[in-house]
Amino acid sequence: MTQLWDFSGGIHPAENKDLSTTRPIEKSSLPEQLILPLQQHIGAPAEACVSVGEKVLKGQVIATASGAIGVPVHAPTSGTIEAVSMLPVPHPSGMNDWCIVLAPDGVDEWAEREAIADYRSLDRDTVLERIREYGIAGMGGAGFPTNIKLQPPKDRKVSTLILNGAECEPYITADDMAMRECADEIVSGLRIMAWILRAERCVIAIEDNKPEAIEAVKKATANTQTEVVVIPTRYPSGGEKQLIQILTGMEVPSDGIPADIGVICQNTGTAIAVSRAIHQGEPLISRIITITGRAVSNPGTYDVLLGTPVAHLLSQAGLDSWQLHRLILGGPMMGYTLETPGVPVIKTTNCVIAATAEELPAPPPEQPCIRCGMCAEACPMELLPQQLFWHSKAGELEKAEHLNLFDCIECGACSYVCPSSIPLVQYYRAAKGEIRIQQAEYLKSDRARERFEARQVRLDREQQEKEQRRRERAKAATEAQAKKQTEAEETGAQGQPSSDRAAKSAQVQEALARKKAKTEHADAAAAATKADARPTDS
Amino acid sequence: MALAQQSSPHARRARSTSNVMLWVMLAALPGLLAQVLFFGWGNLINVVWCIALAVGAEAVMLMLRKRPVMFFLRDNTAAVTGLLLGLSLPPLVPFWVSAIAVLSAIILAKQLYGGLGSNPFNPAMVGYALVLISFPVAMTTNWAEPGLIRETAPGLWETFQIIASGQQTAVDAFTMATPLDQYKHNISSQTAVEVLRHPTFGDGIAKGWEWVNAGFLAGGLLLLWMRLITWHIPVSFLAGLVVMSLAFGSNPDLYTPLSMHLFAGGTMLGAFFIATDPVSAATSHQGKLIYGAGIGVLIYLIRTWGAYPDAVAFGVLLMNFAVPFIDYYTPPRTYGHHKARRGLPGKNQG
Repeated sequence: MTQLWDFSGGIHPAENKDLSTTRPIEKSSLPEQLILPLQQHIGAPAEACVSVGEKVLKGQVIATASGAIGVPVHAPTSGTIEAVSMLPVPHPSGMNDWCIVLAPDGVDEWAEREAIADYRSLDRDTVLERIREYGIAGMGGAGFPTNIKLQPPKDRKVSTLILNGAECEPYITADDMAMRECADEIVSGLRIMAWILRAERCVIAIEDNKPEAIEAVKKATANTQTEVVVIPTRYPSGGEKQLIQILTGMEVPSDGIPADIGVICQNTGTAIAVSRAIHQGEPLISRIITITGRAVSNPGTYDVLLGTPVAHLLSQAGLDSWQLHRLILGGPMMGYTLETPGVPVIKTTNCVIAATAEELPAPPPEQPCIRCGMCAEACPMELLPQQLFWHSKAGELEKAEHLNLFDCIECGACSYVCPSSIPLVQYYRAAKGEIRIQQAEYLKSDRARERFEARQVRLDREQQEKEQRRRERAKAATEAQAKKQTEAEETGAQGQPSSDRAAKSAQVQEALARKKAKTEHADAAAAATKADARPTDS
Repeated sequence: MALAQQSSPHARRARSTSNVMLWVMLAALPGLLAQVLFFGWGNLINVVWCIALAVGAEAVMLMLRKRPVMFFLRDNTAAVTGLLLGLSLPPLVPFWVSAIAVLSAIILAKQLYGGLGSNPFNPAMVGYALVLISFPVAMTTNWAEPGLIRETAPGLWETFQIIASGQQTAVDAFTMATPLDQYKHNISSQTAVEVLRHPTFGDGIAKGWEWVNAGFLAGGLLLLWMRLITWHIPVSFLAGLVVMSLAFGSNPDLYTPLSMHLFAGGTMLGAFFIATDPVSAATSHQGKLIYGAGIGVLIYLIRTWGAYPDAVAFGVLLMNFAVPFIDYYTPPRTYGHHKARRGLPGKNQG
């Protein structure tokens, strides 16, 4: 029995997971259009490498990775590129971004697939490169490119690989259903990642409210070293930092990453994608998603091609648009509301909730904070949400930062329990944004100050050089004068005519030197003026 | 149809401030029941009078401050302030003394500071301390003589008339000094055995008072069990009192015994219902421990060496002063940090 540790705080919201676990994973039908955003994860967006009208095959690269942190995008099915344009993408702001629009031809014809028979015979870097080329980014949260996560800093020894199957957020059942039905693929993906990392300990963590998944994964890992750890159901046990604490008793340093304490967390969906990339040569083109909520008559878990519009999935699940009040991408704790169901499914989409007004009613108006501290009891990061709120609202941002505002993981436990219905997380987001803007401005003004100081130094130096030149000229003139005098005296002794000539040539020489000095000075001055004229806020 | 736009989280627990306050009031009922059983109708009349006045004053102040009246009245916090005053004032105190206590609590201590959530001092205790200092006679001579539903005790109507008459000293036949007062003033000239012969102490710790305290203790445990309060303030409050009593006053022939400190005054009401007022209390776990212990220690000091027989109000108010300071120096250690960041920004970064 693996020892478990506790994390502080946490809540027990209504799970509502039974809605979407009553039937097996269903394959979603092919929509008329697939919309593939070029940016589907943290890091640099991909660059489209197909042109409009081009025919593509299933699994063909349609956008290449740019930058170190980035993975390519593949065609989820065969068809024709219809457009590359700005369309609404899944983002809390409801913004538009560049997307490739693919019209499926219905043939679903694969490009050439190349499975790796024995990855252990290859170099680890080759396998990592394959994971990158096959478009795999974390499928649980922020979607960090998996190949980068699997390459911890050289001085960090990763001993523990955790596969996060906690799925602590209400409603979401994508990982649960995937573990029930694809346990073998999950375990094979885990094995590949463990081989890459040379991990000593492999743990699959599952909350105790998923008995079927636990059974399936235990069966798939029978007679192996992999531990299947059943953890108590408590939100947010599936938060990376909390899960690491539960399983190892260690805390991820505030300004560090899990690899700093020898741990790496991966999502079960990512493990499936890795397994398919290596063993079947299939890039990441589909994922498992929960379509749920009481505004759909047929909630369930679906295997969906990336790029499928949410609207298509909702109609497939039997949406009653009269009942639909709130459309949430993600879970009810950390997900965000959509303005339009036209946005597509991307690599990080795990759940769509079509909620009725009764199911997730609008919150009552905010009341004053009475510092009851229920938020602090619920906070898994051991923050003081009531104080953070107070300082954030009052604009005392340095005090909020001092109380570790930036350690907030925005899990929403504080807002969930707040009896005064204060949207605490929203206040923290606003304060964080404000602080980031301030920091950017400080940086900017620092740069401006440095530039000003550098200019001042340069002007001083030029002034000194000018002075130096003037003194040298004066010295040269005095010397020339003295020489002339001596020469004059000498010629005076030798005879008149030659002295006249010599005096004349000396005068000419002197005039030339003066002229030369003047031109040099003018050039320097012109250069200086040019430099000054550069805009200072560039 | 336009889709609702809302920031996360989308789910909320259905426990509101008004609900919390309602439970606080319900939890005070066992104590109130014991008060009525042993000290007559006085406390009940006071509670009704104080709640009505508190809610009325709150409504008027909200109107004057141009705030939504019903929105704030529904939070039930004014009613809780009224209730706490009704429970802590002497049962036969004249109506106008309780009125002054309630009005100064709601108007001065709460609304003038900005209403709910903005008051640095516990409103009920501001009201209580004000009348205790201003009307010492009315506040010390109106404690009803204890006895389980005594036949000679004044009835509901009679009690009402005594309170409404507005006389500072009520009828001697029904009143008696509190046990803490009695013990403190007689122990200097008598032994413990002699002091305890007085009828106010009865057979147990202090006739009637032990049941009142047990009632508030029971209500307090309910609040703890429902997680409406945390254990930190009540436990450290009581621990402060216990430690001081054991360290300095273990001889009952010289000092009030520990049992009487715990069960003869306003201790349990103070520990579970008054000191736990979150608005004016310290906020972190460590801060709450310091805050509660400070109140317990102060209560012992004032009860033993001060001029007042009981001191919950003074203890709470004095520690209210210290709350901002305590809060700055007692933040918890955040996950992933080596130590807590104490003090003000720019210092002791850790």
